[in-house]
Amino acid sequence: MTSTTGGRTAATTVNGVGTSPARPDGTRKVRGEFAYSSDLWHEDMLWGATLRSPYPHARVTGVDIAAAVAVPGVYAVLTHDDVPGLNRYGLEHPDQPVLADDVVRYRGEPVAVVAADHPETAQRAVKLIDVTYDVLDPVTDAEEAVRGDVAAVHPGGNVVRHAAIRRGEQASQADVVVTGRYEVGMQDQAFLGPESGLAVPDGSGGVDLYVATQWLHVDQQQIVAALGVSPEQVRLTLAGVGGAFGGREDLSMQIHASLLALYTGNPVKMVYNREESFYGHVHRHPATMYYEHGATRDGRLVYVTARIYLDGGAYASSTGAVVGNAATLGVGPYDVPNVRIDCWGTYTNNPPCGAMRGFGAVQAAFGYESQMDKLAAACGLSPTEVRRRNAMCEGTVMPTGQTVDSAAPVAELLDRLDAMPLPSGPSRDAGVADLRSLPGGVSNTTHGEGVVRGVGYAVGIKNICFSEGFDDYSTARVRLAAVGGEPAVTVQTAAAEVGQGLVTILQQIVRTELGVDQVTILPAGTSIGSAGSTSASRQSYMTGGAVRAAALKVRGALLSHAATTLSRTAAELHLDGGKLASAADGVLADLVDVLGEAEFDETVEWRHRPTEALDPETGQGNAHVQYGFAAHRAVVDVDVELGLVKVVSLDCVQDVGKALNPQAVVGQIQGGSAQGLGLALMEEIRTDGGVIRNPSFTDYLIPTVLDMPPMNIEVLELADPHAPYGLRGVGEPPTISSTPAIVAAIRAATGKELLRVPVRPDHLI
Amino acid sequence: MEFVRPDSLQEALATKAERPGAVPIAGGTDVMVELNYDHRRPEALLDLTRIAELATWSASGGYVRLGAGVPYTRLIDELGDTLPGLAMASRTVGSPQIRNRGTVGGNLGAASPAGDTHPVLLAVGAEIELASARGVRRIPATDFYTGVKRSVLEPDELITAVLLPVAGTAAEQFSKIGTRNAMVIAVCSLGLVLRDGRAGVAIGSAAPTPRRVSGAEEFLAAELPWDDDAPLPDSLKRRFAELVAAATEPIDDVRGTADYRTHALGVLARRTLTWAWDDYRGSVRACA
Ligand SMILES: Cc1cc2nc3c(=O)[nH]c(=O)nc-3n(C[C@H](O)[C@H](O)[C@H](O)COP(=O)(O)OP(=O)(O)OC[C@H]3O[C@@H](n4cnc5c(N)ncnc54)[C@H](O)[C@@H]3O)c2cc1C
Repeated sequence: MTSTTGGRTAATTVNGVGTSPARPDGTRKVRGEFAYSSDLWHEDMLWGATLRSPYPHARVTGVDIAAAVAVPGVYAVLTHDDVPGLNRYGLEHPDQPVLADDVVRYRGEPVAVVAADHPETAQRAVKLIDVTYDVLDPVTDAEEAVRGDVAAVHPGGNVVRHAAIRRGEQASQADVVVTGRYEVGMQDQAFLGPESGLAVPDGSGGVDLYVATQWLHVDQQQIVAALGVSPEQVRLTLAGVGGAFGGREDLSMQIHASLLALYTGNPVKMVYNREESFYGHVHRHPATMYYEHGATRDGRLVYVTARIYLDGGAYASSTGAVVGNAATLGVGPYDVPNVRIDCWGTYTNNPPCGAMRGFGAVQAAFGYESQMDKLAAACGLSPTEVRRRNAMCEGTVMPTGQTVDSAAPVAELLDRLDAMPLPSGPSRDAGVADLRSLPGGVSNTTHGEGVVRGVGYAVGIKNICFSEGFDDYSTARVRLAAVGGEPAVTVQTAAAEVGQGLVTILQQIVRTELGVDQVTILPAGTSIGSAGSTSASRQSYMTGGAVRAAALKVRGALLSHAATTLSRTAAELHLDGGKLASAADGVLADLVDVLGEAEFDETVEWRHRPTEALDPETGQGNAHVQYGFAAHRAVVDVDVELGLVKVVSLDCVQDVGKALNPQAVVGQIQGGSAQGLGLALMEEIRTDGGVIRNPSFTDYLIPTVLDMPPMNIEVLELADPHAPYGLRGVGEPPTISSTPAIVAAIRAATGKELLRVPVRPDHLI
Repeated sequence: MEFVRPDSLQEALATKAERPGAVPIAGGTDVMVELNYDHRRPEALLDLTRIAELATWSASGGYVRLGAGVPYTRLIDELGDTLPGLAMASRTVGSPQIRNRGTVGGNLGAASPAGDTHPVLLAVGAEIELASARGVRRIPATDFYTGVKRSVLEPDELITAVLLPVAGTAAEQFSKIGTRNAMVIAVCSLGLVLRDGRAGVAIGSAAPTPRRVSGAEEFLAAELPWDDDAPLPDSLKRRFAELVAAATEPIDDVRGTADYRTHALGVLARRTLTWAWDDYRGSVRACA
């Protein structure tokens, strides 16, 4: 990594902000000793299993559980009749049954749950439940669903949300006009740790749930409603999370395991297998997008018109927010005077879709970046030049009317990409090249024959944190005391560590603010207030911000206390390396001595600056907190006779405001770029009439080390004055521009239009 | 489910005779997937990993007798030069972990049309050795596969070995299409051998069974300029590619379309023939 630091060069604390200390859970994870949610165990534990609908759309006419109940070892077989509270849940709308009642709306919808003393027994009992269905025609086309040409999947019709953005002239004309219809397939988060958790009844009607999730408090709310109990009776603790990427924002086994635990009085564990996991979580919304870009002859955008259809599948999940993002970010990181965007999120009988890294922005970026390349060709400009001419910057007014009020270095990202060296050309000498460097890899499909190189560029934009007027906050408790002769801090939040490294960052923040080396992050749980979701690239900003604020309060209190003890004023004191010091006299005392028996304990609820809802007619409003930007340059070798692709390099420049942990930043950029590569080339849940055809890692392919090239990464640190430490959320932007850059490179190599991702070999020949 | 662990082949065959429902398990890389997903629930598993003779190979009289239980990793390390075609196919199987466990015997036992070793076994003219308490029989690979995931293996039989000619001056190629660059099930594949004026050609994942393409073999035997050093004319490569493509009987599935499979096999036919011919001319010259 080349790190380019803009601005301040404050002295860094050892293992504080701006350094890359080891993860607290790193060694255990590498050694295979880390306990994931699927490793949970409890004495007298039962195993839960789920019966799922085999049909994407059907009326349930009868459920006979007698044979299942009769199996020795079975403790419970529950259906919707056994849901004591509201038989509905959902992130934005409670539209999804805990267990199907009258209608099933997707293949894989839970119909009944079983608890038994052995997982095999539970599975066997599931097979003995006799459900009779009246099969209905599935609604599978999002555009038809919007037009109302098909049956309503839910009583209110099939449109979950329509967002309209209207800015400037609505009937613009331009010298150069390019149009296109683009499609994005259904990507999966493909986290490796399947949905799993353990519900332990407390003997008085409540339950303790240990679960891998992204947002403990929103899980809690939905569980409480379904169980019909009070919030204090459902306590959640985060179990080890094996990846999330949005797929754990919705509930999976949480209510089911809790129901079974309360019913049987035993702890109940549930673990999905890989196939069930594909039915057990939401996916990325597939999209169909119609774009029209008008520009002057020299490539300056005059207007953009777009219609975007996002297929939300059977239940709403976070479709509303996905629509908001796709609409507000629908023209990309460009300054466009006249914009008309309509974006719909729909109900169909396809698998439910919801949160996945970069949602809404990922789909739109494939559309608008494909269009920018078309425009470049139409105007005779290079792909980077057309983008530079339209690049937004600080001060640009978004299509929502919002003025961008911190760094938006789009042109600089492109300049830096252009300045990076290109990899050397493809080897055409038969037999010389290492097969692993060629399309097809060790499968020995080419020794250089048919291989053509292409280069492509893309830039993306993402809103960071929650938008559109949402009351977005995080809660943190920071406690400082002397423990065993050392100053020690414990940090408590409900923020989900899902692998991204928040636990490391929180330690770093405390070290920087309190000068204390020993920082322990307590397990996340609902015993403290909400931290919000681990999504929208927001936890460093939000829970980082909350921990920092709590640490500052602790510092304030400590310095007042020390001022009295040391007969100084608090203002002249500071903390550094476990000592109290003043600028004038240097070290005055060891922190541990000043602390004595005292304890400083502060809890803070921290918010980012408020945002506004979008005007429902015009889509105007200051909807977003912060914008993040990344740009990629992809170099690919395509075997044009076989349609196989080798990505040779995938270089990235991203502005992160401040790299709190530079190594973690690079990790996010590599991982996000790989996920974007997956969407470009292979990752798609294929459905047929609403039925998933490839619910396995044999046929849902994710990139391997031979698919993902080493990356050159440049990280810019252009501080955002509104954000803690100036940071800008990192996790999502690299996923957004990676996909269109790779597709652009393949277009350059093949001359094919490529209007759909993932690009498959048969699209290229 | 019972787990039977015989120490000798004799014991294993006796068990199989008594309990034909016992499912053999070698590397387990197919069997365990089926068990985990409850696609199969056998009364017993017959563990073959303690039978030493299944995990050995020997070479004599121009042939390698490869025990059914030799894992891919060892095959690649120990027989890479002797059986280059089979080693090429083995390198494309799964990931290092799968190659450490998986075996040719298991690939044959599973008899998937997409199994990577099959086109090579067919193209080199391998024989499969099957044993039961009733005796031992050897059958040509061509006669082994009878349908999708079906073979001539009788319920009381085990696959004990595969007999393959040492490559020597023969040129062997294996080529496989997948939609990512490693660890992928074949969309289609092709094995090609040129030896002493004869050719072996076979395709995988392009018909209900792995399939030898006799028409293309005969064409090459007749038309290749065996005694000439000149590069191959394009017309010959094209005709060969057409014959291979014509022998396919593929389906559309989630891994690829039928048309793509047929097209890709034509391309692979042309390319592998070019490489094999270069190798063949090279090794024949070296020996001359
Ligand atoms: C992640 C993964 C990736 C894979 N990738 C590939 C790939 O790229 N290409 C490919 O071809 N395959 C692939 N496979 C499938 C599998 O690895 C191969 O088919 C392998 O050769 C099986 O060998 P095994 O020893 O593990 O067989 P096992 O699983 O032990 O057995 C497979 C079958 O053969 C039978 N059997 C085994 N040994 C004998 C014997 N001696 N006599 C009679 N019957 C026997 C078993 O009863 C069973 O029906 C993959 C599997 C996995 C899990």
